[in-house]
Amino acid sequence: MSNFDLSPLQEQLQSMQTQGRSALLPALHAAQEIYGYIPEAVAQEIGRSLGVPLADVHGVIEFYSLFYSAPPGQAVVHICTDIACALRGSEQVLETVCRHLGIREGGTSADGAFTVQRAPCLGLCEHAPAALVGKSAAGEINSHAVEDLLAGKLPAPRAIVGGTQRRLTKNCGKGRPTTLAEYLEGGGYAGLRRALSLSPGAVIDAVKDSGLVGRGGAAFPTGVKWEGAAQAPGEPKYVVCNADESEPGTFKDRVLMEDDPHLTLEGMIIAGYAIGAPKGYIYVRGEYLQSYKTLGDAVAEAEAAGYLGKNILGSGFDFEIELRLGAGAYICGEETALFESIEGKRGFPRLKPPFPTTSGLFGKPTVINNVETLCNIPFILAEGPEAFRRAGTEKSPGTKLFCLSGDVKSPGVYEVPFGVSLRYLLDDLAGGMRSGSPLQTVLVGGAAGAFATPDQLDVEMSFEGLKSAGLPLGSGVVLAIDQTHDLRQVLLNLARFFAHESCGKCYPCQLGTQRQFEILGRVAAGEAQSEDVARLSDVGWTMGDASICGLGQTAATATLSAIRLWPEMFGAS
Amino acid sequence: MESTTNNEITLTIDGRAVTVPAGTTILQAAREAGIEIPVICYHEATTSNGLCRTCVVEVEGARVLAASCVAQAAQNMVVHTRSERVLRSRRTILEMLSSAVDLSEAPEIQQMIEDYGADTQRFPAAQKREFALLDDNPMYVRDYSKCVLCWRCVQVCAEDAQYTYALSYNGRGFNTMISTFFNEPLPATTCVFCGQCVGVCPTNALKPRREWLLEQGKTPEEIIALTPKERRRRPQ
Ligand SMILES: Cc1cc2nc3c(=O)[nH]c(=O)nc-3n(C[C@H](O)[C@H](O)[C@H](O)COP(=O)(O)O)c2cc1C
Ligand code: SF4
Ligand code: SF4
Ligand code: FES
Repeated sequence: MSNFDLSPLQEQLQSMQTQGRSALLPALHAAQEIYGYIPEAVAQEIGRSLGVPLADVHGVIEFYSLFYSAPPGQAVVHICTDIACALRGSEQVLETVCRHLGIREGGTSADGAFTVQRAPCLGLCEHAPAALVGKSAAGEINSHAVEDLLAGKLPAPRAIVGGTQRRLTKNCGKGRPTTLAEYLEGGGYAGLRRALSLSPGAVIDAVKDSGLVGRGGAAFPTGVKWEGAAQAPGEPKYVVCNADESEPGTFKDRVLMEDDPHLTLEGMIIAGYAIGAPKGYIYVRGEYLQSYKTLGDAVAEAEAAGYLGKNILGSGFDFEIELRLGAGAYICGEETALFESIEGKRGFPRLKPPFPTTSGLFGKPTVINNVETLCNIPFILAEGPEAFRRAGTEKSPGTKLFCLSGDVKSPGVYEVPFGVSLRYLLDDLAGGMRSGSPLQTVLVGGAAGAFATPDQLDVEMSFEGLKSAGLPLGSGVVLAIDQTHDLRQVLLNLARFFAHESCGKCYPCQLGTQRQFEILGRVAAGEAQSEDVARLSDVGWTMGDASICGLGQTAATATLSAIRLWPEMFGAS
Repeated sequence: MESTTNNEITLTIDGRAVTVPAGTTILQAAREAGIEIPVICYHEATTSNGLCRTCVVEVEGARVLAASCVAQAAQNMVVHTRSERVLRSRRTILEMLSSAVDLSEAPEIQQMIEDYGADTQRFPAAQKREFALLDDNPMYVRDYSKCVLCWRCVQVCAEDAQYTYALSYNGRGFNTMISTFFNEPLPATTCVFCGQCVGVCPTNALKPRREWLLEQGKTPEEIIALTPKERRRRPQ
């Protein structure tokens, strides 16, 4: 009944069949590679082959914005219009590109070569405005000709790394991945060797003693998490590396993965040993194709050298790592939604309890950690918890990667010990404001963050320091906004992100992100109604109080913070 | 279910002490104490997913409100089912829902709107979820403009009852709609027309076709004439 040659797909499906439904996203990616999109007959074949009900295959395709059930152009041009890029004129670039091709946003050029889409934050904020053309990332796209952008002639954006204490980033910034040989030369895999010489319990103790706290946003003590999974009944256990980095303004994990992939692998292998897991997954967001490739190469290198696989370094410990590629859904960074995605489902967050440490991936005890969290582990094992604590504050030990972007002179990833001031990051490291316009505000923590005013620049950048200032550390976003920007547009931009990324599972967020977006649209257009602040507050508090997961719970944090700071901005005009 | 008889817990709900077996949800515990908590997505016959959040309650010491249909009661827990925060959330959820969905045939939700003083016009110029009515089979029509996304139909079609798997979703977030595989008409799907989905739908988004035709002013004779004798089924 179909005019598609299914044989190249069938060949690939054969090797996936043993994984069943869990291979659904890989299968859909493979199909899209072959056919350019996922036609109905192809979806049917995948469902049949993996034993997934057809309706569910459809539901999964529909959930992820990078899966297409109708053919797009030969190359899809994703132009980031989220906050960091918006501040640098991405809307105009989007318009220019569309005009050049004679199409509207979302449309396909007459020759079928290009489809142009608005993209959520691509994690290239230090190169704003950024785009993804087919599979190639491009930065500073406003300073290049549209023809060159479309022809893929722009140079690949290179990580910009700085800071005062280069613990995690010591191998980053070369403009290429660190090879295994280079990694070893710099003391790589010494942490793993040390860990394998200890008992798993002693490894967990070292992590607990270090005081390491998760860098993914929830600030959970890592050692306690590991201990929970180690002690939970159920086999096999899993280690999952959360590399879905999609919080607007965040790009640190991309730098760690692209420039020093073995550091993440080493952290994961140690975690596997500590909790007794035979397998780990790295879930990389669908837009991070370079990270995905670099990690894949590193896994192969590590396997060949005996750092992964059977009987690692003669210790008797076996561990393998499988890479998974997301497909365009911010919510899949939420840990339980991420599990669902690996299991081949729509990325709906689960109800908690149960928590991942007792019932995580495939219902088994699971440790899920952020990339940056895992990258701290080799140091802790190699140098010891005391050495680790030598940087940072009592309650926030270690170093932190901050993502500086927006209107600063030198955006980039900066590694500093916890406890430096916000002013130090902005002025001393990122070079102050880029143009003559003074600082208006700093968005701290990401789209789910809050605004710091210019009189708060002495705040100490640590979990406790930020907390006492009423600011979240989030994923380490520090996004400076100068006075040339209308903050109402900034709020609208953040609200659009959440409305686009809500999974739709629970009513407060499914409905609230949309209503917030609409009302802020009015506010930004200068057409606010007198009741709009009350509406935004009710919507915001309801999302915060009643939503299932962190997305809805924080989708109004920035709005509520702005209402507190600048009530006049919402005035009816 | 584990045996729970010798494993009882006592909690306080709205100032009343309630003793229930461990594993009981706060919703059930409240009902036992004669305290009604409003629900939309909850249904005895389907797995609770905690979607609508109208059942939220305030548990002392917790950062956020708890969905009582899924949150378990615990020893010494202190629960408030009608605190300020709870009422604000319930009212706002109902207001947002009425701004998005046609609730004209959902009497229970309408009653709730009245009980909580929700203003159905609270959100002017709000986008509604509107879809063309789907009349693609002899048994029932689907009017997703009335759908509150309670998932009950999807669930009874799958593991909660029928294991037929005819239903899933289009889109995500606000723009979610219940759908079939590639939006195929129901007779072309795995649907066996058991009617369970129609039975659990709380808003008449799913409605027997006969009832719908009667509402359109068709006579029973016309309805018979309008009903195809054969169902088109896709060969498997
Ligand atoms: C909407 C949402 C998105 C998230 N995205 C990410 C992400 O991209 N990367 C990440 O590490 N954690 C993310 N998290 C946090 C994870 O749920 C989880 O807390 C984290 O991966 C745990 O790792 P850690 O303990 O090392 O911080 C997200 C949470 C939410 C609610
Ligand atoms: S809060 Fe939002 S993203 Fe999270 S489960 Fe609810 S609808 Fe989905
Ligand atoms: S169609 Fe009815 S049963 Fe199905 S999700 Fe919508 S409201 Fe619920
Ligand atoms: S009844 Fe509890 S969330 Fe709907």
